[in-house]
Amino acid sequence: MKKDLLKQLFISTFYLSAFTFGGGYVIISLMKEKFVNELKWIDEKEMLDLVAIAQSAPGAVAINGAIVIGYKLAGWKGILTATLATVLPPFMIISIISIFYHAFRTNILLAALLNGMQAGVAAIICSAVYDMAKGVVKENYTSVIIMFLAFIAAFFLNIDVTYIILFCIALALLKIIYTSRKGK
Amino acid sequence: MMMILVELFISFFQIGLFSFGGGYASIPLIFQQVTVVHTWMSELQLNDLITISQMTPGPIAINAATFIGIEMGGFWGSVVATCAVILPSIILVSILARFYMKYKDMLWLQDILAFLRPAVVALIASAGVSIMISAFFNEGIISFDTFLFYRLLFFFGALILIRKKNNPVLVMFLCGICEVIITLI
Repeated sequence: MKKDLLKQLFISTFYLSAFTFGGGYVIISLMKEKFVNELKWIDEKEMLDLVAIAQSAPGAVAINGAIVIGYKLAGWKGILTATLATVLPPFMIISIISIFYHAFRTNILLAALLNGMQAGVAAIICSAVYDMAKGVVKENYTSVIIMFLAFIAAFFLNIDVTYIILFCIALALLKIIYTSRKGK
Repeated sequence: MMMILVELFISFFQIGLFSFGGGYASIPLIFQQVTVVHTWMSELQLNDLITISQMTPGPIAINAATFIGIEMGGFWGSVVATCAVILPSIILVSILARFYMKYKDMLWLQDILAFLRPAVVALIASAGVSIMISAFFNEGIISFDTFLFYRLLFFFGALILIRKKNNPVLVMFLCGICEVIITLI
C-alpha cells in the first residue's frame, strides 16, 4: 500500500514537473487538479493550507509545494520522493539544453508551441481559482475582503508575496489577541 | 575541482535560503552570486539562461543551478548546485509542515490559516491574470492592436475541456499544437 502510494506520488509529481511551463502557481493549480480533484488524497481546504506553508518558506513554490505534499502523504519518504521527482525533469532538460542551447532558442515552431500553451495555462489557473474562490466565498465576509485586498496588493500594487503573507499573519494575531481579551 | 564544488554549494545554498516569494525573487540573488561574488557568467549569458528557463519546465532557481553547475563543474557541479539550492526549502518546509500537522486543530492556528487561505487564492489569481495578459496580447502589451482574438478562443475552449475533467496537461499541449498549426498556415 505504502509502496504504491510512493510510486504514484513519484509518477504524478514527475509528470507534472516535466510538463509544467511557467511559474510556480501553474504547477500548484495542476497539483490541486491531481491530488484534490482526481486522486482525492487531500481536501481542498487543506490544499490551501499546504500552499500557504509552501509560500511562507523561501525557495521555488513548485519545489516547496512538492515537499509539503510529500510530507503530508508519506512523511520523510514522501519528501524525498516528491522532491526528487520534481527536480529530475528540469535537471535532465537543462543538462541536455546546455549542450545545444542556441539552436533551441531560435526555433520558431518551438516558440509558437510555447506561446499557444499559455492560453491553456491561463485556463488551468482560472479553473483552479474558481474552485478555491468558491470555498472562500462560502466562509464569511472577512475572507472575501482579504481575498480582494490581497489580489489588489499582488496584482496592481506589485507588493512582494512575502509581505502579503506576513501582513495576513499579523492581522490574524491581532484578531486572536482581540478575541482573547474580549473573552476575559 | 573540490574548491569549485564547495563554492557552488555555498552560493546556491544562499540563493535557496534567501529567495522569498518564489521564482522571480531568486533572479537578483542569482545575478549577485554568479556575476558579482563570482565571475561564473556574463550578464548576457545570464539573460539567455532566464530566457531558456521561461521556455522550459521547472523553477528558474533549479534551472540556473543545473546550468551553471554544469558549466563550472561538469556533472557533479550540477548535482551539487541543484541539491544546495533546494536544501533550505527541504529543511524549512518540513519544519513548517510538521508544525502544521501537529497543531492544525488548535484554534489559534486555524485563525491564522483562515486569514491566509483567501490571500493564497488571491496570489494564485494574480499569477493567472498576468499569464492571461501575456497570452491574449502580443508581447504582453495591452492595446487594441496587440489583442490576439484566437487566443481568447483557445482559452475558452481549454476552460470548457478542463471543466469537463479532461487531462489538463493534454489540454495545455492542444493549445500549443493549435498555435503551431496557425503559425504554419
